Order: sequence, then structure tokens, then C-alpha cells
Amino acid sequence: MLPQSPVLAVVIPLIFAFLNLIFGWWKKGFSYPIALVALSISFLASLHTLNTVITSGTIHYHLGNWDPPWGIEYVIDHLNAFVLVIIASISFFVAIYSKRSVEQELPEKIVFFYTIYLLLVTGLLGIAATGDMFNLYVFLEIASLAAYALIAIGEDGAPFASFNYVILGTIGACFYLLGVGYLYIVTGSLNMADLSQILPTLYHSKVVLVAFAFFLVGVGIKMALFPLHVWLPDAYTYAPSAVSALVAPLMTKVGAYVMIRIMFTVFRPYFSIELFPVATLLGWMAAVAIIFGSVLALAQVDLKRMLAYIVVSEVGYIALGVGLANRDGLTGAILHILNDAFMMLALFLVVGAIMYRSGKREISGLTYLHRRMPLTMAAFVIAALSVIGIPPTCGFFSKWYLILGSIHASQWVFVAVLLVSSLLNVILFFRVIENAYLEPGGEPIGAGSELAIAPEEAPLSMLIPILIATAGIMALGVLSGKIISAVIQFAVPAYF
Amino acid sequence: MEVIVSIRPFLAVLVTLIGALLIIFTGERHRDLRESWTILVSVLKFGIVISMVPFVLNGWTLEYTIISLTPGVSLQFRVDQLGLFFGVLASALWIATSVYSIGYVRGLNEHAQTRYFFNFALALSATMGIAFAGNLLTLFIFYEILTLSTYPLVAHKETEDAIMGGRKYLAYILTAGVAILFAIIFIYAITGTLDFKPGGFLSGHASSATLIFLFVTLILGFGVKAAIMPLHEWLPTAMIAPTPVSALLHAVAVVKAGVFGCLRIILYVFGPDLLDSLDLWILSAYFASFTVIVSGMYALTQDNLKRRLAFSTINNLAIIIMGASLLTPSAITGSIFHMAGHGFMKITLFFVAGAIYVKTHKENVSELDGLGRQMPLTMGAFAIGAMGIAGTPPVCGFISKWYLALGSLEAKEIVFLFVLLISALLDVAYFFPIIYNSFFKGPEEAIDPHFDEAPMKMLAPLVITAIISLVLGIFPNAFFNFFNIASMATGKILGGM
Repeated sequence: MLPQSPVLAVVIPLIFAFLNLIFGWWKKGFSYPIALVALSISFLASLHTLNTVITSGTIHYHLGNWDPPWGIEYVIDHLNAFVLVIIASISFFVAIYSKRSVEQELPEKIVFFYTIYLLLVTGLLGIAATGDMFNLYVFLEIASLAAYALIAIGEDGAPFASFNYVILGTIGACFYLLGVGYLYIVTGSLNMADLSQILPTLYHSKVVLVAFAFFLVGVGIKMALFPLHVWLPDAYTYAPSAVSALVAPLMTKVGAYVMIRIMFTVFRPYFSIELFPVATLLGWMAAVAIIFGSVLALAQVDLKRMLAYIVVSEVGYIALGVGLANRDGLTGAILHILNDAFMMLALFLVVGAIMYRSGKREISGLTYLHRRMPLTMAAFVIAALSVIGIPPTCGFFSKWYLILGSIHASQWVFVAVLLVSSLLNVILFFRVIENAYLEPGGEPIGAGSELAIAPEEAPLSMLIPILIATAGIMALGVLSGKIISAVIQFAVPAYF
Repeated sequence: MEVIVSIRPFLAVLVTLIGALLIIFTGERHRDLRESWTILVSVLKFGIVISMVPFVLNGWTLEYTIISLTPGVSLQFRVDQLGLFFGVLASALWIATSVYSIGYVRGLNEHAQTRYFFNFALALSATMGIAFAGNLLTLFIFYEILTLSTYPLVAHKETEDAIMGGRKYLAYILTAGVAILFAIIFIYAITGTLDFKPGGFLSGHASSATLIFLFVTLILGFGVKAAIMPLHEWLPTAMIAPTPVSALLHAVAVVKAGVFGCLRIILYVFGPDLLDSLDLWILSAYFASFTVIVSGMYALTQDNLKRRLAFSTINNLAIIIMGASLLTPSAITGSIFHMAGHGFMKITLFFVAGAIYVKTHKENVSELDGLGRQMPLTMGAFAIGAMGIAGTPPVCGFISKWYLALGSLEAKEIVFLFVLLISALLDVAYFFPIIYNSFFKGPEEAIDPHFDEAPMKMLAPLVITAIISLVLGIFPNAFFNFFNIASMATGKILGGM
């Protein structure tokens, strides 16, 4: 199995998606274990892939033994392997968590839920693994279609939110596909490495420039980069809890990964930075996204919706790091793909658990929650501190590199944006924490009534993933130096 | 300078962290067990810290690296004289405060006691981290943990005022934290290192305009926690917190962490030479003296005893920063020593305020007439603390003021001598009426003044801290060679001059 691990990571969920349909049709109870088995194999395969990349360098895997550029090639370097592990791990944790939440929210649709869930994961993993532009499009559509379906089965308002997402998502996909087509017209190739070799001679061609612009718009919509984010808040708010917890950490990050790939692998860095200076533009858009997302989040009364706007803001961080176009900035961006995935995972899992227990998610309705769900709320606080950027949580370290990169690039406005956004996040999260932890009305309660509200913690299958995510946030922070020296420093394109 | 690799500083941080977890898992059901964790951990921590004293007195440095965070910067502890000094101070006072806390929260039947003790332990863990941090990033990490762990303590009462106090506290300190973070990353960007070095490491790395900008940012940033005026507003508001919190955190751990940060910046990042050549020392000395005088005046106008103490704290913290800014041997020694002196004296005063509150529910200075007859030991301790703050011999405040005064003469800046003298007069003006009224005025109502002290758990700590303040004034080295450690730190910092 060893040389096949990258393709196994992608194919196993795909095969199990169909197995799940068959066995689930027979007996509903099979769905959950099948999904878990598929995702755990995928997780192990991706870990093995990462390990192989670290020890012996980039993996080239030719599907069906067809040589590139004719056949499809999977190219796994440090960046791919890193993103693969993130996707596989997060989707595995969310799958563990999903059991109770899906049983409560979608009792009729369990089998379909897990089938589409596995397809979504297949799509995301495929995007991360492939080294072929058209193949990437196919996986992008698999992931997107699955996401449309999963979001649409949410609560009231979900179908409409999903419809909005379908329209914008399809426009994004069209732009991407047109870009691929244009490149194919002028180069005759779809293989990323091949394109990267051929393209430099064509950098002044209008077709190539248009293709590049189309790519950025298409991917910008997929990663919800301001001002192309309008589909995101509704979609992530109305989706079922388990779906939000899967797509919020992953979908936008995978988009960010594609953007890094296109800007710095398919096109050479000097094209994206000097010939056609989109990097700077991207940085400024990201800076607006960060502030805009946080400010709109301030206006929300619904906790999940607030988090959805924070996702918009967090995407801004990654894009800002890419836009800085220096080593520290990109290190920060790539590190933030990982860190933010865990932060959003923890936050959305917590919201799901709160919904599961209380059915409420208005910020004002969270009172006494620290007594009812002490561990869940503790996890929320740690994740919140990480989003704010308090050391030693992981959010601090991505912010560290982003600020360092901004200082090296002498982009003082970006520095200010990053610092101010920390403070905005303080307001955002302490509003929630105050509500959940401090007693309303300010009547001090004597020691006798301390146990008046019985604890009603989330079920174990939900609590364990929450605690894993929280532990991850702490561990990734402390280990960030190791992660950078082992993986990320090689994931940053060699140009920098 | 010999460097020894030793896990002790890490243990000193870790032991309270584990204690905090034990406290939260023991919870409300087994109160005595929970409280015994607090006591046990505080004693253990003190033991670990004390065990490092002989090494440091020998001129050695203890070092322990946990993990590399970013190229050139690790999560690293390095125990030098200044750090050890702060560590001994905070861990010693924590024992006293723990005992006192138990008396206080039980005396008032406070709510959320588990949260209270948990956060207290966490805050102390962070304080040790600050004391022993070997570089700016490590210091910053623990500095932020300290900020957040004390927030629930400030908002503890959960009344409207307490919640507002908590918000104000967070707003001030986290904003300052962001400014500090920026300056730290900037320093890292230009030097590639953040390790503290006696005498500083920044010189020659940037233009003087940049360096001045960084210095101002850092001093203002740490100055917020040290409640330097006009950034002090959070401290009087935070006095809404339970008194043991005010005592340990708002007289020792939190505010001294700010002062300690300033000292690290002045003496170990920029260094005397650089500050001298940029003429920044005089700037920060004047800035601090402004606070010294104005806060003293503010204190005069406060009727709430804890608020008066808070302004007195602001006054003394500014004196420490002023002393360090003078950069002369006596001034630095005096200001380091004053961290300890002020710590013992001010904690006594806060303990007294708490004891009065628990016993009589009185909070205002104007209500204390005749109290000396009812609580002679408590008010006696208050008298010792107050005299010390004013710089009266033989209490330890005298020693630090003496050295600070000498230092301002060495710096040939007579202005600061006057600042010290005026501040001492102000101290007398706002403290001595309390002593006079409580001992020599009769109580307003015709109640029979009989001996009725606060519970033993509160009385014992405050009497002991008062005695230590007195003993330190007569034998400055009596308590773990405090004075020697301070003067060794000075020697090392100025070694290069």
C-alpha cells in the first residue's frame, strides 16, 4: 500500500461513499461506522503521505500509469501533504462528532448525509492531491456540489442560502474552468508542472493574463475572499451543525491552497508579484476582509452567524499572508491554514454542541452555560483566545508571522489591521464569554446555590472531538516552531 | 558568568499550573481539600524558588529551554538576579495571600470560590513565567496569560460595576498588549533575537528615531500594567475585586509585572548605554515623576480606602520606574529593592483593608475613627505599612527611598530628589490621618470599643507581612538576601559601563 498512499487517501472515501449507500439502504445503522472507517483509513494514508514527503521528498504518482502531461498526475510536495493531513484529520474528527447531531437534526437522512459527506471529503482531498488543472476542477465541483446538497438539508432558510451559494459557486467554477481552457488553448497542457515550464515564454500574452485573472476571481469566490464572500454567512449559518463544522474549517482553506498553487506554482512568483502585481492587490483586499468581517461579526446576535463572519475575516489573514509575498508572510499564511482549521473546528463544534443541548444559539441566551456545559465552554474560551491571538494558542503564532512579514514588507497599514483585528476579536468573544460565564442581573449567588444548575455536558461522542480540537489549538501553538521547521519552510515556494 | 541547565524555573511555573487543575477538578464539593491544594502548591512553589537562591548568589544563571518557537527564539526560562528577586517576592507573598484568601472568602461566604482559587493559581503560574522568562517572547506569553487569568478575578462580584471594571481592565491591558506585541515583533525583525542581556542588546541595530519609537511603545505598553499616568484608569476601577486579589495582584503580581517589564526593557533590552546616548532616560524619568506627584495628590482625595491604596500603588510603581530610569547604581538598586519593599508594605495595607471590611463592612477612610481600639493589631500593622510607604525608618521603605535619593544625586539631577521628598510628604498626608483617627479619635457612635479582631487566617498574614517589612528595614538581607540580589543585578547590568 505504501506508494499508493496519496491516491488511497482520496479514493477510499469515494468508494466508501457508494458502499455506504448500499449498506445504509440495507440498515441505517451501518452508515456511521462505514464513514468512520473510510475517514480513518484516509487519515492514516494522509499521515503516511506526509511522513513520506518529509523523509524522501516530493511524491509523483501517475494515475493508471499514464505518463504526464497526458495522464493525470498526483504531485505531493510539502504543501499538498500538509493540506491533505489537515483535511483528512478535520473530516475524521467531525465525523466522530456528527453521530448525535445528525440523529437529532436529520433523523430521516442519515444515509444520504454520510454518503454526501464522504463525497465532499473526496473532493477536498482530491483538490489537495492533484497536480492537474482540469482534475482539480473536477474535484472542486465534486466538493462544491456535495457542499450545496449538505447545506440545503439544514434548517429553515437553508435551501435559499444554498441556492445563493450554488449560483455564486457556479460562477466561480465557470471562471476557473474558462481559465483552464484558455491555458489549454495556448499551451496544450493541463499538468501544473508542465504549465509552469511552458508559461514563462507566454507571460505577455493577453490570453494568459485573462486566464490568470479568471483563476483569481474563481478561486476568490470559492475561498469567500471579500468582496466575493456574500454567499458564505447564510450558507454556514443555516447548514446542519455537523456540516458547518466540516465546511467552515475546510472549504475556504482549500480555496486558499488553490490560490497559493496557482499564484506560485502554475505561474512563477515573479509573474504574480512583478509582472502582474496582484499580490499587493490581494493584500489590500485581505486587509479590508479582516476588518470588514470582524465589524460585521460585531453586529450579529446569532452566535453561529457571528462565527460565519469570523470565517470571512480569517480568510483575510491567509490572503494577506499570500499578498505579502515574502517568506514570513507565506509562512504565516500556510500556518494559518492549519491553525484556523482547528480554531474554526473547535468553535463550530462547540456551537453545534450548544445547539444540541439547548436548541439556542443567540448570544444573549447563553447564560449559565458555564455551569451546564463547563468543558464545552472551556473549549470555547480557548478557541476564542486563539482567534484573538493570545499566546500560547496557535492563533498567536500565525499572527506573529503575518505581522513579521508585514514589517519586512514595510506594510504598516497591514500591521495596524492585524493588531486592530485582535482587539475587535476581543470585543467579539468577550461579549459571548461574559454572557456565558457571568451571572445575569449581577445578583451575587451565595455558595449554597452553587450547584443549583445541574451540569448537562454534551454527549461523549461530541465532547471528545471538541476536546481534541482544543488540545490541538494549544499543542499546535507550542509546536509551531517544529511544524514550521519540519514542513512549512519547505512548503513555501523556493523563490522566497 | 556560568550557566547551569536546570528544570527548576520550569517546575516553579508548572507546579501552580498543576495546582490550578487540581483545584478545578476538586471543585466546590471538597472545599478543604481544594484549599489544601492551594496552600500545598504555594509552599512547594516557594520552596522551588528559594532553592535557586544559592545558585544565583554565586553569580550563576539557571537556564531551561522548553521548545524552539521561531528561529532564534525559544520558550525559555533564564533565572538571573532580577528575575529571581521578583520570583521570590511573588511566591513568598502568595503563601500569605493564600491563607488570607481562605479566611476572606469564607468570612464573606463568597460565590464561585473554585473559579477564584483556580484563577489565582493560574495568575501566579504566569507571574513566575514572567519572572523567569529568558526572552521577550516568553515574557509576553506569560504576560498575556496573567492578564486573562486575572480578568475573572476583577469581575468576580459580577455586579454591574464589577463587569464594567473587568471590561475596562481588559480594554486597557489587551490594547497595551497589542502595542507590546508589535514592538516585540519589530525588534525581532531587526535583530533576529529577543534574549534578555544585562546591559541591553539593541544598540546599533536601528536608527535612533526607530529606537526611540520602540522604547516609547514598549514603556507605554508595559506602563499600562504598571498603571503609569495617564494610563492608570483601570487600576482604581479594578479595586472592585475581592481584597486578596487587590492585595496580591494589584499591589504585587500584576502591576509589578508591568514594572518588571519596564525594568527588563530599560535595563536588559535597551540598556543604560543606549538610553544614555539617546537621552531617553531623562524622558522616562520625568514621565514617571509626573505620575509620582499627581497620583499622590489623587490619593489625598479618595475616601474609599482601597482606592486610596490604589493611587498610592500607582505612586510607588512610578517611583520604581523613575529610579530605574536614572541608570545610576544606587538608583537601580533602590528601585529593584523597592519592588520588594513596596510589595510587603502594600500587601499589609490591603490585608488590613480587607480585614476591616470582613469585620465591620466599612470601606471608607472617614468611617475608621476609633477602630484602633477594636482592632489594635490590624491597625498597628497598618501603621507600620503606612510609615514604610512614607519612607520612615526603620521600615524597609526607608532603605529604598534612601538609595533612590542617593541615585538621583549620582545622576546629578536634583529635581528627582525633590520629587521623592514631595511624594513622601504626600504619603504622610494621606496615610497619617488614618492612623491618627483610628487610634486617637473616639468612635462616632457610643459603642463600647472592645478587642475584636478579624479571623486568625486573616490576622496572621497581615501581622507577618508587617513584621517582615519592619525586619527588612533593619536587616535588608534578612529575607533571602534580598538586598544583595538587588545590588548584584545592578552590578551585572552596569558591568559594561
